[in-house]
Amino acid sequence: MKTIQAEKTGLRLRLYIAGNAPNSLLAISNLKAICDEHFATGCVLETIDLLVHPGRALADSIIVTPTLVKFYPLPVQKVIGTLSDTNQVCVALGVK
Amino acid sequence: MKINSPYPVVTKVPTGILGFDQITDGGLPRGRTTLVMGGPGCGKTVFALQSLVTGANELKEAGIFVAFEESTRQIVANAATFGWDLPSLVKKKLFFLDAQLSPEVVKAGEFDLVGMLNVLQAKATELDAKWIVFDGIDVLLSLLDDAVAERREIYRIRDWLFQNGLTGIITQKVGGVEQDQRYNFLQFMVDCVVILRHQVVDGTAFRNLRVMKYRGSGFASDEFPISLTTDGMQLTNRGPTEFEYEVTNERISSGLPRLDIMLHGGYYRGSNVLISGAPGTAKSTLAGLFVAAACGRGERTLYVSFDEGGAQIARNLQSVGIKLAPYLESGVLKMYSTRTRGPNIEEQFGLLRAKVRETNPRCLVIDPMSALSTKVSHVASADASQHFLDFLKGEGITVVNTSLEGGFTADEATATGISTIADTWIHVSYIVQDGERNRALTIVKSRGTGHSNQVRELTLSDEGVSLTDVFVAQGKVLMGVARWEWEQEEQATTRRTQVATDLKRLQLHLSQAEAAARLQVVQTEIEARNAEISLLADATGSASKLLRADRAMMRKMRHADEEVRAPKATSTNGGPKTNGDPTTNGGEGAV
Repeated sequence: MKTIQAEKTGLRLRLYIAGNAPNSLLAISNLKAICDEHFATGCVLETIDLLVHPGRALADSIIVTPTLVKFYPLPVQKVIGTLSDTNQVCVALGVK
Repeated sequence: MKINSPYPVVTKVPTGILGFDQITDGGLPRGRTTLVMGGPGCGKTVFALQSLVTGANELKEAGIFVAFEESTRQIVANAATFGWDLPSLVKKKLFFLDAQLSPEVVKAGEFDLVGMLNVLQAKATELDAKWIVFDGIDVLLSLLDDAVAERREIYRIRDWLFQNGLTGIITQKVGGVEQDQRYNFLQFMVDCVVILRHQVVDGTAFRNLRVMKYRGSGFASDEFPISLTTDGMQLTNRGPTEFEYEVTNERISSGLPRLDIMLHGGYYRGSNVLISGAPGTAKSTLAGLFVAAACGRGERTLYVSFDEGGAQIARNLQSVGIKLAPYLESGVLKMYSTRTRGPNIEEQFGLLRAKVRETNPRCLVIDPMSALSTKVSHVASADASQHFLDFLKGEGITVVNTSLEGGFTADEATATGISTIADTWIHVSYIVQDGERNRALTIVKSRGTGHSNQVRELTLSDEGVSLTDVFVAQGKVLMGVARWEWEQEEQATTRRTQVATDLKRLQLHLSQAEAAARLQVVQTEIEARNAEISLLADATGSASKLLRADRAMMRKMRHADEEVRAPKATSTNGGPKTNGDPTTNGGEGAV
C-alpha cells in the first residue's frame, strides 16, 4: 500500500490493482503522471492490491482491475482501465 | 496454457433441467466450461441458475454466481418464481457477486479480470465451490471495445476455471447466434456450447434449445422445445427411443357401467383414453363420470380444463347427477383451469407437467386436449401433446382426454394427432333424424381389450347418464323418440301376439270341451237306449210267461187231457204270422 502525501486541497483517491498485471502497473504509472501534473499540491492516494486483499474488492464492489475511485470531493467516481486516456481521467477527477 | 487436459475423461454433472440431462447423457461437463448463448429473454440466466441450484440442493456442492447484467437482488427475486429459495441457499452454499458496472463508471483504458478472478478464487476456496456462473459476461467485455482484449479475458477465465477445477457456465447475449461473429471464438474455445433461441411464429412465442457442441461426449443435436415453468426450465425431448412403460392388467371403471361392459371390463390402468366428438356431445360428462368413479375409489385425481372454470364444470356435471363437490372439499380431486390464449403450447405442457408433479395424481382428465392442439402451427411443437401423453404414460397415470371436433365438418383430424397414442378411443357423435338430435357412442378402438362394435345411444337426464341399445329398422338407426316409439310398438306387437295366442288357446280348449261334452251326451244316450232295450226285453219275457201260466191255468180248469200241439195245426189253417204263437190260435179257438 503506497500513499502519496499531499497538502490539504483534498483530493482523495484509491487505486485497486492486481499485483503485477500489466494493466495494473500501467495504471499506477499513468496515475502518478496525472497527479504530478495536475494535483501536485494535494492528493491522497491509497493503492490496494487485490491479490493480497481480495476481501476489499467485495466490500467496495470492484469488478475489474485496475479501478480508480475518487472519494473526495463528492460525488464518488469510478474510473476503470489503465488510465491511459488522460482526458477521461481528468474529467472524472474534476480537473478544470 | 496447458497442453494436456487434467480431465482426460469427461464426467458429467446434472443440471436438473428436465430433458437436458437426457439429451446430453448426464448434464454438463464437470470441471469444464459451458457457454450458453442466446438472445434476450431466452432463459440463459435460468439455465445457469437452475444448474447452480441443483448442484447446491442435490449434490450439496457450493457455487458462485457472478451477475454482470442484473443485480443479485433481481436474480434472487426472479428465482423465487421458480420456487428456488435462494436466500436460504446463500447462507451456506451459494455466493452471489454483483458485478454490474454502474453507468457512471468512466472507462479510461484497457482493464482485465485478474483482480476479480483472484477475489473469486479466494471465495471459491472459502466455500469449497464446485460451480461458477458468469452471467452476461458480454456486458462487461463489450466495454473493452477491443476484440483481442475480449478474447484475452475469456481465455483468462477459461484457464482460471481449469486451474481451479470449477465447472463453469458462461452466458452470453447475442443478437442472432449465427450472425454474431464477434463472439464466435467463444464457441471454439469452450467445451460445450448450448444455444437458446426465442422466436415468434404466427404470434406464438417458442423457446428452443440446441446443444451445438460437446467435447468428448455424444449428444442429441436437434433443436428441442423448452418451457419455463414454476419448476424451472424444462426441455421436451422424445424420451428414450424404446418404450419402457410398466403395463398392468388392472382395469378401472369408466364410471358408466354399460360402457365398462362394452369395453369388456373398463379402461386399463395407466392407459390413455380419448373421447372425441362435436361440441355438446357429452364428452365432459363422460370425463366427469370417470373422475367421480376415480374419486369414489379414493384415487387422487386432477381435472384440467381449458377455457372453462372448474366451478362451472362441477356445476354442470351436477345437473346430470355427477357430484364432485365432496371430492373437491376432501382434496382428492383437484381442478386446474387455464386459458389457452396464454403461453405457447410447450409452455402450456410445461405448466401441466409441473402441475402433474405437484398433485401427483393417479387419474387425470384433460378437457379438451384439442384446445392445445388447435394452437399448433409450428413443426417443432406439432407433437408436443404426444410427448406430454407419453410422459403421463411413463408416470403410470390413467388419462382421459377429450378432443373437440369441428362440429360441422366432422373432421376427425384434430384427434388423429392424439389418437395414435391413445389406447382407447371413444367417439360420440350426433345423429340428427326425425327432427331430433341424439348422441351416439361408439368405441373406435381399444388396445388390448375386446370391445363392442355396437352403436349405443347416450342419454343424459337428472338421474344420470345411461347407454341404451339402438334399433335398426328398415336400414335406419332409431334413436330418441323414434327408438322410444319403436320400443313401444314392439311392446304392443308382443302384447297383441300374446293375446292372440291366449285367445286361440281358449278357443281350442272350448272346442275340446265341447267335443268332450258331446261325447258325454252320446254315451248317456247309449246308456239310455241300453236301458230301454233291456227294459223292453224284460217286459216281453214276463208277458209271455204270464200268458203261458194263464193258459196252463185255463187248461187245468178245462181239464184238458193233453196239450195241443198247435204249430202244425195253425200252419195248416193258414194262420197269418202268428206261427209259434199258439196263444193266438188257442185263444181264438178257445174263445
